[in-house]
Amino acid sequence: MRTVLFLLSALAVIGSGYWAYHENYQTQDELDRVDALRRDIGQAHERMAMLRAEWAYLNRPDRLRDLADLNFARLGLLPLRPDHFADVDQVAFPPPPNLVEFSEPIDVTSAGAPKP
Amino acid sequence: MNRTPLRPLARVLEAREKGENPDNIEKENRRLRHEEMRDTSRLRAEGRLLVLGVMFFCAFGVIGARMGTIAASEAEEPRAAATGSPVVTSRADIVDRKGRVLATNMSTYSLYAHPQQMIEPDRAAQELGRIFPDIDVPALAARFNDPKRKFAWVRRSISPEQRQAVHDIGEPGLLFGPREMRLYPNGAIASHILGGTRFGVEGVHSAEIVGSAGLEKFMDERLTDTKRDGAPLELSIDLTVQAVSEEVLDAGMKLLNAKGAASVLMDVKTGEVISLVSLPDFDPNDRPNPLTEGNASDSPLFNRAVQGVYELGSAFKIFTAAQAMQLGLVNPNTVIDTKPPMKVGGFRIGEFQNKNYGELTVEEVIVKSSNRGTGKMALAIGVARQQEFLRNLGFFDPTPLEIVEAKGGKPLLPKKWTDLSAVTISYGHGISTSPLHLAAGYAAIANGGRAVEPTLLKQNGPQMGMQIMDPQSAAAARLMLRKVVTEGTASFGEVPGYHVGGKTGTADKPKERGGGYYDDKVIATFATIFPAHDPKYALVVTLDEPVETSGEKPRRTAGWTAVPVAAEMIGRIAPLLGLRPEFKRGQLETIVQTSN
Repeated sequence: MRTVLFLLSALAVIGSGYWAYHENYQTQDELDRVDALRRDIGQAHERMAMLRAEWAYLNRPDRLRDLADLNFARLGLLPLRPDHFADVDQVAFPPPPNLVEFSEPIDVTSAGAPKP
Repeated sequence: MNRTPLRPLARVLEAREKGENPDNIEKENRRLRHEEMRDTSRLRAEGRLLVLGVMFFCAFGVIGARMGTIAASEAEEPRAAATGSPVVTSRADIVDRKGRVLATNMSTYSLYAHPQQMIEPDRAAQELGRIFPDIDVPALAARFNDPKRKFAWVRRSISPEQRQAVHDIGEPGLLFGPREMRLYPNGAIASHILGGTRFGVEGVHSAEIVGSAGLEKFMDERLTDTKRDGAPLELSIDLTVQAVSEEVLDAGMKLLNAKGAASVLMDVKTGEVISLVSLPDFDPNDRPNPLTEGNASDSPLFNRAVQGVYELGSAFKIFTAAQAMQLGLVNPNTVIDTKPPMKVGGFRIGEFQNKNYGELTVEEVIVKSSNRGTGKMALAIGVARQQEFLRNLGFFDPTPLEIVEAKGGKPLLPKKWTDLSAVTISYGHGISTSPLHLAAGYAAIANGGRAVEPTLLKQNGPQMGMQIMDPQSAAAARLMLRKVVTEGTASFGEVPGYHVGGKTGTADKPKERGGGYYDDKVIATFATIFPAHDPKYALVVTLDEPVETSGEKPRRTAGWTAVPVAAEMIGRIAPLLGLRPEFKRGQLETIVQTSN
């Protein structure tokens, strides 16, 4: 009985030691991963700031105005003016869809229909 | 354990035979047993003490060793602790009211040299001179060849292309350090508001960015506050409106041959400055140096809208009329005799082009812009009350705008405020204020009589400032301003749909060296509120020395110069501000038949 108990406790010590080392290594790995992630986040932040600056630079009003002037033939963009506003009842209704009119009898074929 | 009996029979019998007391044997044995017991318990106690001592020694030893290692080792951040966001060390961005970037940071590189590591210092200097044309090559070569020098700056910040070019020189003594640079992506737009930055304390690995002018300097602490986690600073400026205002004002300035121009657009309830333009302007990314000689106000760095104090002329008349109505001295239909002569303090008060308007109602005094009419109202108001009113409107102090230059815009007031001063000030002469002051004053009329302080920061609600005139007087004043546009001096100011109301002001420029006024140099101002029946915005447009040359003789009055520019500006910016034009039916598009 005592030998069994002794063996069991020895096994328990070995097991807990293994578990503790295992947890420790896993923690170290996780911490390394967190460090890497943090570095990535930092780089992403920097890249984001750069892209925001670039976006702001490309969207600067002077450039947009020049582009709108250059592409006037294609886009027809004009500065917004008071006379561009209108009431709802000044907007024309969309034209009615073109209906095909037929009064004569016509032949109907089932050619090309999926076979039952 | 076998215990020795206290009274062993053999010895008791032996003692009885000898006639001794057998109790002595028991006593002796008891003594021996007690001694034995004492010895064992002492031994046990000593053992326990030893164990305890060792334990304490180990515990304190561990603590001491830990303290020692902590004290001796390098500090390191806890890796496992869950920090929310890393500490933000860079300067906060500045964004407009809709979140568009006005100022941000960009990481670039600085370029420095370690002359002792250089292989070919002369060639390196020459190559650098090719990359950076403004570099002084002989001076740089001399610094590279100086044996005592261990370190030399070459460039504070360089672009990635320049960095590659420097790499291609292949000189091991040229080194790069990381650098943050302040970037203003919109170029010259809002340059006078933003100001500029420079490098403060510089190291090889980083440099501090400090504001050198404008908002950047005023808000330095807020922008570098790490507690705010890099949250951008939101301004009341609207980038689109600002850009359009600059475009229109620039075109107007060139068309009218003006040497400078300024405009201020303000929300009348919140005091938010939506756009603030001063021309000529500059690129804050490459801030020019201040002028070392001549007049500082000729520099593009000079902010005409805030720093420039000018006599703004007749635009002031509405304040006199509003106060006179507020005090119950007049109503819009009170008739005032404006016939000459009118003399105050021995000084003759004249009209524009020596006109004689005869008898005018108060409303017509404003519409026709009669100096004598407003002068008479000012005399009725009196000096003390006029001063108090103007002080409440903010005309006595520099504007509290959040840029460092605002402190420089201190109004010029007469040293002795006589009756004559009261009369001239009533039509805007003898008092010099910035266009921003005027916009704040008009905003008070527009919002129903509450004083507002102009601000550049986005606000959440209206400023409930001091009530300095009752809503009825303010409404009557607004009606007069509207009539100036519909039937008075500012007829070019009509923008269909927006019911513009405003007052022109044309003031001769005083000579810099004193001694009167120029005949042919004016400051033309148009101060407006729109829409006049329910004003949302106040706009002031000021042109410096404009002249309109389409007629037979040059015209300089505000009605011909500042007013058309302001009207064009309102037509462009009001739709952008989300104001819906209100047209009467049939007003929109009409064809009028004409013949020659």
